[in-house]
Amino acid sequence: MARTKAAGDGSGLVEMAWDPITRIVGSLGIHTKIDFKQKRVAECYSTSSVFRGYSVFMRGKDPRDAHFITSRICGICGDNHATCSVYAQNMAYGVKPPHLGEWIINLGESAEYMFDHNIFQENLVGVDYCEKMVKETNPGVLELAERTEAPHAAEHGYRTIADIMRSLNPLEGEFYREALQVSRYTREMFCLMEGRHVHPSTLYPGGVGTIASVQLFTDYLSRLMRYVEFMKRVVPLHDDLFDFFYEALPGYEEVGRRRVLLGCWGALNDPEYCDFTYANMSDWGRRMFVTPGVVVDGKLVTNDLTDINLGIRILLGSSYYEDWQGQEQFVTHDPLGNPVDPRHPWNQHTIPAPQKRNFDDKYSWVMSPRWFDGKDHLALDTGGGPIARLWSTALSGLVDIGYVKATGHSVVINLPRTMTKPETSFEWKIPKWSNALERNRARTYFQAYAAAVALHCAEKGLAEVRAGRTQTWEKFEVPDEGLGVGFTEAVRGVLSHHMVIRDGKIANYHPYPPTPWNASTRDTFGTPGPYEDAVQNTPIFEENTPENFKGIDIMRAVRSFDPCLPCGVHMYVGGGKTVKSMHVPTGLSGLGG
Amino acid sequence: MTEATTKTVGAAPADDTPTIHILWINAGLSCDGDSVALTAAMQPSIEEIVLGALPGLPKIAVHWPLIDFECGPVGGADTFIEWFFKGERGEIDPFVLVVEGSIPNEAIKPEGYWCGFGDNPETGQPITTSEWIDRLAPKALAVVAIGTCATYGGIHAMAGNPTGAMGLPDYLGWDWKSQAGIPIVCVPGCPIQPDNFSETLTYLLYQATGAAPMIPLDDKLRPTWLFGATVHEGCDRAGYYEQGEFALSYDSPKCLVKLGCWGPVVKCNVPKRGWMNGIGGCPNVGGICIACTMPGFPDKFMPFMDEPPGAKLSSTASGAYGAVVRKLRSITAKTLDQEPKWRRTGEKITTGYRPPW
Repeated sequence: MARTKAAGDGSGLVEMAWDPITRIVGSLGIHTKIDFKQKRVAECYSTSSVFRGYSVFMRGKDPRDAHFITSRICGICGDNHATCSVYAQNMAYGVKPPHLGEWIINLGESAEYMFDHNIFQENLVGVDYCEKMVKETNPGVLELAERTEAPHAAEHGYRTIADIMRSLNPLEGEFYREALQVSRYTREMFCLMEGRHVHPSTLYPGGVGTIASVQLFTDYLSRLMRYVEFMKRVVPLHDDLFDFFYEALPGYEEVGRRRVLLGCWGALNDPEYCDFTYANMSDWGRRMFVTPGVVVDGKLVTNDLTDINLGIRILLGSSYYEDWQGQEQFVTHDPLGNPVDPRHPWNQHTIPAPQKRNFDDKYSWVMSPRWFDGKDHLALDTGGGPIARLWSTALSGLVDIGYVKATGHSVVINLPRTMTKPETSFEWKIPKWSNALERNRARTYFQAYAAAVALHCAEKGLAEVRAGRTQTWEKFEVPDEGLGVGFTEAVRGVLSHHMVIRDGKIANYHPYPPTPWNASTRDTFGTPGPYEDAVQNTPIFEENTPENFKGIDIMRAVRSFDPCLPCGVHMYVGGGKTVKSMHVPTGLSGLGG
Repeated sequence: MTEATTKTVGAAPADDTPTIHILWINAGLSCDGDSVALTAAMQPSIEEIVLGALPGLPKIAVHWPLIDFECGPVGGADTFIEWFFKGERGEIDPFVLVVEGSIPNEAIKPEGYWCGFGDNPETGQPITTSEWIDRLAPKALAVVAIGTCATYGGIHAMAGNPTGAMGLPDYLGWDWKSQAGIPIVCVPGCPIQPDNFSETLTYLLYQATGAAPMIPLDDKLRPTWLFGATVHEGCDRAGYYEQGEFALSYDSPKCLVKLGCWGPVVKCNVPKRGWMNGIGGCPNVGGICIACTMPGFPDKFMPFMDEPPGAKLSSTASGAYGAVVRKLRSITAKTLDQEPKWRRTGEKITTGYRPPW
């Protein structure tokens, strides 16, 4: 039964929906109108259909439970939430963990990047570029790939681009299966530091319960060096694959492209400087091993975490919530005396209003976080995380730890000699576009980056152990009144946790992971969210007719952001006024035909 | 991981047995953590299950959102959701239904949905997860709940939650049985320990071929061989407990009960088994057990970092006799730390051997 149908508005557009989208985390639907004559996507709506309500049921609970609970927001990056929550709690309780505890968290979080980017890149996104997929969508491209020698065959061992594509075929592909194994030993590295994956058992405010021994670090380092060796093959492999697409499909840089509007909240604290106080946050934020920053049109707007914090706004527009305007404001001023906006997460109230989906009005449980630069409410994206992290770090030029050096226009990653491969350097240069292929390329480079930072942290941690400083946890008291904010980079990008404590209980708690930024809907100003924006106007290169259309270019655009919908909708408030009119299914959703 | 994939891979050992489809709904109130955790399993791994690497496994076709090849648009090629409609229409038989995430109560609100999975072609609105369960459960060979959310409600069913979330047995009924007479199979854990689930799935596939008897489940529908013992019974810090030695700081290697560990009363095999490949865990590696496999999770265990009330009494008792035990043991240990006196240099042998010269 053909269920593709014309939009019915005389536009000649065809409505198409992918719902649910596979090979991502969580439930995401992409609803589009496609102009097959012009071979482009005319309209796009991003929708998520699962709501759980974390910020609702966390109210009134013990603040020390926050990292255990918020980890459950997401099954692939829960540890990022636990870490971010622990950071926010450290601030609220005024506790600074021992250095070794922080090195251990950095090692755990680095392993999370190594695991998550690897499994997503090769086993989820990689399938979009595998032989089986390319054969079914662009047979001409596969033919060319068969005839194209891979420039870096000497490094990765695949003679042609088509050989790389074959190795990515689900299950049959050799590299596909190898990546699954890599996703396992990187999780073992993670478990060494944080107990278990993905919801950590050994993270606490004040530090970690991990027993810091020589064995712990040896077990981690042995695996890390295997990963370093692996990355010496993977970076050139993906460079070859992605470069080929530009060559094979002229104009492919337009797929998933949007204006450069990137956010990065910084990651991996340097315990020498980080004291978790709000007052010093701007300083220790700049010492992070991934530098925070807002990048607009290629320019660094700020790398100051205090500015970043105060600029966050949660807008309404198209989601299933009632506004909290007129409700109590929890925080009027930050600890430095700066005014805090009522639309800031510290002041948010979550009031779910389930209703029918209507693409002309409310259509998602995700809402619309924006960053206010003093003039505009910018729909920042994270590009899946790595592209924003590398871009921000490169422009700030602050990171310089030997294994990694930011130059102001690039990031140099130096990997030491491994069992069978010599010392190798990779340089990630700021790309020309913020598009699907560059998001994917950055993901691979960031895997090498994470491994390089982990080498630094492992050396520092082991030095503490050898010096006999094995304490990893510090005592604290929970105050009756307090507030905290945690900033980190989840795998997919910006992550903040805002907490308010009253009477020793959680009065307000709002986590903002990357996916609500990326998967957000049209806001009160009508500004579309990043997926919507990136998919709208995406050109269609697929050779199939509407009847056997897969929408591979659209899927490549969406997956380049590494969607993670449990993160997207854990509790997002949004949605403006309650819809009072009777719902009439819109043309877009009436795909039954 | 579609039928086509398994065919081209030539997985299938058993020849005339029908392909068993696995329909996976991850759109309960979930985080997909159980799906993700399963990719960490090694005994057996997902690729070993799908490619039939263990002797006697039937052919299977997995329709799993996390890593499925298929994802076409409605009406285009490879519409993933179409497999679920086929299941409803009886076109794929047999199939096992896996549910991840808790089941919200869709009856408590005037309209809309707490969670949906695919669209209803008639209305253009999402089909709720509850509706899918209503449609598919009666036709399934077996229904499996993966993770503490799907089994018992879990974290999303916490006090004060807005969705009225519950587990699958609460929704279908604890006595519910599939048309093949199999009760709901519950594999709790937040997330599931990877091998616990791959092992349970493997067991069910063997049962489907007739090679294994009815899966043994306890009264909370858990596989008995995995959930029969407590955390504490498998915890390598239990020795400290017995000797009355309790950690007062989270980075201590001693027993964590005074700092919030619920291990003595929680059914879970993680400390014994490790998290993956024998590595990691909870109290065995410094993480208090917050009881994430239990029906009472999380409310009956919060605040997590407080000492469980029951632990106060028993740890006081073990503190008293533990001191005596420790004293005696330290005397014995001192003796055992010495080598027997005949291990020495010198011209005479003093081991008790009588030389013939």
